[in-house]
Amino acid sequence: MGQENSTRQIWLVFWLLLIVTAIEVILGIVKPPVMVERYVIGVTLLNHTFIILTIVKAYYIVFAFMHLGHERKNLKWSILLPVWVLIPYLLFILLTEAYYQHEMFYGI
Amino acid sequence: MDLEKNKKESIWGGGNQPMKASYGKLMMWFFLITDALTFSAFLGAYGYHRFTHYTDWPIADEVFTHFPFIHGHYPLFYVALMTFILIMSSVTMVLAVHAGHHMNKKGVIIWMFLTIVGGVTFLGSQAWEWYHFIKGTDKGALLIPAVGTKEGQKRVAHYVGVDTHHSSDDTHHSSDDTHHSDLIEAKYLNGEAVPQKMLAKDENGEFIYAKQIFGAPLTGEHAFRYNEYGHTTFSNFFFFITGFHGFHVFTGVLINIIIFINVLRGVYHRRGHYEMVEKVGLYWHFVDLVWVFVFTFFYLV
Repeated sequence: MGQENSTRQIWLVFWLLLIVTAIEVILGIVKPPVMVERYVIGVTLLNHTFIILTIVKAYYIVFAFMHLGHERKNLKWSILLPVWVLIPYLLFILLTEAYYQHEMFYGI
Repeated sequence: MDLEKNKKESIWGGGNQPMKASYGKLMMWFFLITDALTFSAFLGAYGYHRFTHYTDWPIADEVFTHFPFIHGHYPLFYVALMTFILIMSSVTMVLAVHAGHHMNKKGVIIWMFLTIVGGVTFLGSQAWEWYHFIKGTDKGALLIPAVGTKEGQKRVAHYVGVDTHHSSDDTHHSSDDTHHSDLIEAKYLNGEAVPQKMLAKDENGEFIYAKQIFGAPLTGEHAFRYNEYGHTTFSNFFFFITGFHGFHVFTGVLINIIIFINVLRGVYHRRGHYEMVEKVGLYWHFVDLVWVFVFTFFYLV
């Protein structure tokens, strides 16, 4: 059960999470114009960066802190698959409908 | 033939563990999946409302700019501190689990205690943030009645410029408010200027059409309907999502305290393993994980 998870590795993950959070905060304060003005699929490049960094953080919390990396393959997939399939599906429906609703409310 | 029969029995005859995890741990994981889906539904609903009303939506880092003991404009710093506290308490939790694997009772006690301290600190920080969010800024904002729209929803407008002294009973500048009234300018959240006639004042210096509003009131006529930050669902989702997450932190602290008492009494040491600490640890990391997403989608994006 994750015996090989040494104290050193735990602190390494801690520093990684801290640095990624610091990068997010700095980007959120500075808001580099290049990243704010550039849109990719309806969302700014800055927001894409935030989302990617968040998923990086989530990966390290789940795989290192929650030891999912050390669990059996069966367990890993039965936990990850429902989340991977259902959440993007739900978000896709909600967010595309929201654009339509915006047009209905405000007219354009 | 005989060999095949044996093989079948070894799979279906019981006694093997396809997941190789104890019942309690497995159920904790499945509970966390359902909880993850609940939170993603909430954040998805937030995204839905935000995209629907994006022209009237406040920018979060212009709302949360306070920092304890310092005056001024400090966007994101306070939330970053809260995130740091929660990540730190997550680290102490892993260290407690780690000490449990080595049957190090003293280590488990120290690290679990620090985890509880971290959790309580986070809850206190959240209370501070809620207080400032409800109270609002000194300036407040203006509610402009809707002219000619279908639902008659009032719109929030913010003062233009920082030093606009308005003449209101709520502030202490009532001595020199003679003819400042004509100078007021305000903007809707989408950048459109508010027509001057909507900002007209009567001879007593009170707004005729517009109304002042401070913070996100929980009582009174504006409660949950209007707030100074922008579209009303912003504050409602703020209360709902951070409140639901705070409730998770609160129950996490409670469960941590119960397990902590058991550790002190040596229950798990006698049992021979500290798996209970691991299970409560899973829950605690999940709470941290949710905060990582709330931090991004509420404060950063």
